[in-house]
Amino acid sequence: MDLVLDIITGICFFVGSLSIIIGACGLIKLPDVFSRIHAAGMIDTGGTAFFLLGMIFQTGWSLITVKLILIGIFIFFTSPVTSHVTANLARQKNLMPLGKKIGKIL
Amino acid sequence: MKSLSLFLILLGLWLLMSGHYSLLIISLGVISCAFCVYVTKRAKLIDNEGLPLYFFPRIFNYLIWLFKEIFISNINTAKVIISGKIEPETFTVKASQSNDVARVTYANSITLTPGTVTTKIKDNMFEVHALNSDFGDDVRSNVMDKKVRWLEGD
Repeated sequence: MDLVLDIITGICFFVGSLSIIIGACGLIKLPDVFSRIHAAGMIDTGGTAFFLLGMIFQTGWSLITVKLILIGIFIFFTSPVTSHVTANLARQKNLMPLGKKIGKIL
Repeated sequence: MKSLSLFLILLGLWLLMSGHYSLLIISLGVISCAFCVYVTKRAKLIDNEGLPLYFFPRIFNYLIWLFKEIFISNINTAKVIISGKIEPETFTVKASQSNDVARVTYANSITLTPGTVTTKIKDNMFEVHALNSDFGDDVRSNVMDKKVRWLEGD
């Protein structure tokens, strides 16, 4: 049983690391601020979610599990706010995103 | 009624975070939670915006759906980053929610799904930046808008 849990944890960590590496590549590769925020959002959601899930499989049912879930909830509520603040600041400095604009822009 | 539910939430959080269940620790927790509720009530922060209790019956259902969406768009964003085929687009969508909390939930949900970011908000119009026209179509189809309206109890 322990071996199965270890394997599941390993898979979760692998997927999490993969999404963090791809997100980091995107941060370097993509052309402007607005596109790079998407790559950072991938690290925020995919990376942390899979790492926390892998750790939850290791702890089993205990108070530490609850604390890990709480960490997840707080990251879940705060990370979109930071993404939005970054994007909004760039827009306030009159930086226009690349690509096409559909309809009227605020 | 609202103060009591805030007190119970705070006390539950205290008990889960501390992990010690002696009489002294629990009574300290009860005192500090009561003090917090008193300060919050004095600052008049306990209302539908500070404590959106009407979200609770449906929030788990919504979160499960949101996690599924995040997972799918994570895979799609990874594909786009690796292949390098990006055609960013900016557009505005209308949020049909009635109050601010639901609108913030909608904007946060758009930002949480990788591939779409809310860049600017004016009244009930959101300016959204999408990495690709597929991501843009997801937001423009208003599925998430309807889900959040269902969440606030429509």
